Amino acid sequence: MKILAVDTSSLVASAAIADFAEDEILTAEYTTNFKKTHSQTLLPMIAEIMKTLELDGSEFDAIAVAAGPGSFTGLRIGSATAKGLGLVWDKPLISVPTIDAMAYQFYGSESLICPIMDARRSQVYTGIFTFREGTEFEVLMEQCPLALEDLCNELNARGKRVIFTGDGIPVYKEKIQEMLTVPHSFAPAHMNRQRAAAVAALGAIYMREGKSEHARDHGPEYLRVSQAERERKEKQNAESYGI
Amino acid sequence: MEKDINILAIESSCDETAAAVVKNGREVLSNVISSQIALHTLYGGVVPEIASRKHIEKINQVIEQALAEADKKLEEIDAVAVTYGPGLVGALLVGVAAAKAIAFAAKKPLVGVHHIEGHISANYIEHPELKPEFLCLVISGGHTHLVKVKDYGVYEILGRTRDDAVGEAFDKVARGIGLGYPGGPKVDKLAKEGNPDAIFFPRAHIEGAPYDFSFSGIKSAVLNHLNYCQMKQKKIVPADIAASFQQAVVDTLVSRTMRAADEFGFKRVAIAGGVASNSAIRQAMSEACEKKGLEFYYPSPIYCTDNAAMIGAAAYYEYKNGVRHGWDLNAMPNLPLGQR
Repeated sequence: MKILAVDTSSLVASAAIADFAEDEILTAEYTTNFKKTHSQTLLPMIAEIMKTLELDGSEFDAIAVAAGPGSFTGLRIGSATAKGLGLVWDKPLISVPTIDAMAYQFYGSESLICPIMDARRSQVYTGIFTFREGTEFEVLMEQCPLALEDLCNELNARGKRVIFTGDGIPVYKEKIQEMLTVPHSFAPAHMNRQRAAAVAALGAIYMREGKSEHARDHGPEYLRVSQAERERKEKQNAESYGI
Repeated sequence: MEKDINILAIESSCDETAAAVVKNGREVLSNVISSQIALHTLYGGVVPEIASRKHIEKINQVIEQALAEADKKLEEIDAVAVTYGPGLVGALLVGVAAAKAIAFAAKKPLVGVHHIEGHISANYIEHPELKPEFLCLVISGGHTHLVKVKDYGVYEILGRTRDDAVGEAFDKVARGIGLGYPGGPKVDKLAKEGNPDAIFFPRAHIEGAPYDFSFSGIKSAVLNHLNYCQMKQKKIVPADIAASFQQAVVDTLVSRTMRAADEFGFKRVAIAGGVASNSAIRQAMSEACEKKGLEFYYPSPIYCTDNAAMIGAAAYYEYKNGVRHGWDLNAMPNLPLGQR
């Protein structure tokens, strides 16, 4: 099984190609963390690695996408690109939760794995994961937007060592160190951001479980409604309470 | 006989997700539009994030339908065209990313198209005899441009709005008199029942820029009139306001266009864009052109609204001129007309 994977959920643009036969092999990964937009970088990156590997689109079995949460625009660029490729190659898409894929980079860790993405509005997109007995990927808290304080309380209550990863670290490191009572550490450069290789690896598991979809039906998982919808709802609630 | 050129075109610059297949720039084989108007009506206008979310939901379905209705397979397509500006950046990006991926995967050339160039080119679809040079007035919810079409793909902007686009003025006035969104068709309909001379609204002239437009003044004049009537407890007649406002807009648009036709000696005049569907504008422009012995062109309403067939028409001439874009093509929310 050959999978093309993309992650454009944050500032990082990442594309990977991996084979999942008896031996699992990452054949290419191209990851950049630069100020250019994903619109300018993603497709040239895909084109480059496919050319290097002398691959044709027909050879893929599926396209895995980091579906969200993340930057709304970033998610849509990844999604629209994957949908366009899926349309032409007639391949299914695999929707991989962004936060789960970030955690999956820490294969084998029995510590708690806690990705944090800066979600603005004093929240992080986060989740809590571990590898039970070092092998089985376990979702202890599903990905969601959460106030940092609530996250720290949750982690303190669990009483185990925590590894943090994600672009929330530079924003919240000091606050985390203040609030956290359990031992914790921050992941190094090769595993502290999104990487499409992890999206491919988790995508392969989903694919085997039959969790793929038609390219037509794929869409990002924003985990948040738009600002206009939120404000409209707040206004309606306020009116229904007679405020 | 030259080989036929079939272009798959995609448009997502505002609140319509659209795809079309166009043959040789003039023959529309399919024209699929998924409109979001009902969704945005709740908010009284287009909400960019909601528009972008709807685009990603619909994009593949619309493209698949355009290919199916044209009875074309991707192998039979010669190029993939997409609107890459101007427009709402998040909305544009969906179409641009999808178009690039499709062109790349299908190994076809990619042609980026300017949205206004698309609107102008909508006139080619139903008028096989129309060729540059001609004068074109582009009027829509986002744009008000008076353009010299010098050749295919070669434009000179003579004038543009200094503030609101004409379609925005329609929307704001419609809101003021309680008609709701979208304002253009609603004002047009109600104006038919009103007296266009009932109230005098100003026709703005801009010193030293005879072809520029301004619509914020007339919009304010309408809102002031409404306030005045309320304060003095005078009866408000929405139909008269709609008709008088529309008359002022029509006078402004027609007089500028005729002046430019005279000054530059154009024999052909066209209108384009969503507001070009307005019945009063069509009629007044048609009469003015007839009086001067000018040929007048306008697209059917389906090609006035945002659609991808017009992008396919424009893309054909860009394609023939050798325009190709790379896989790094980005959405350009403020793309100037004529830039590539």
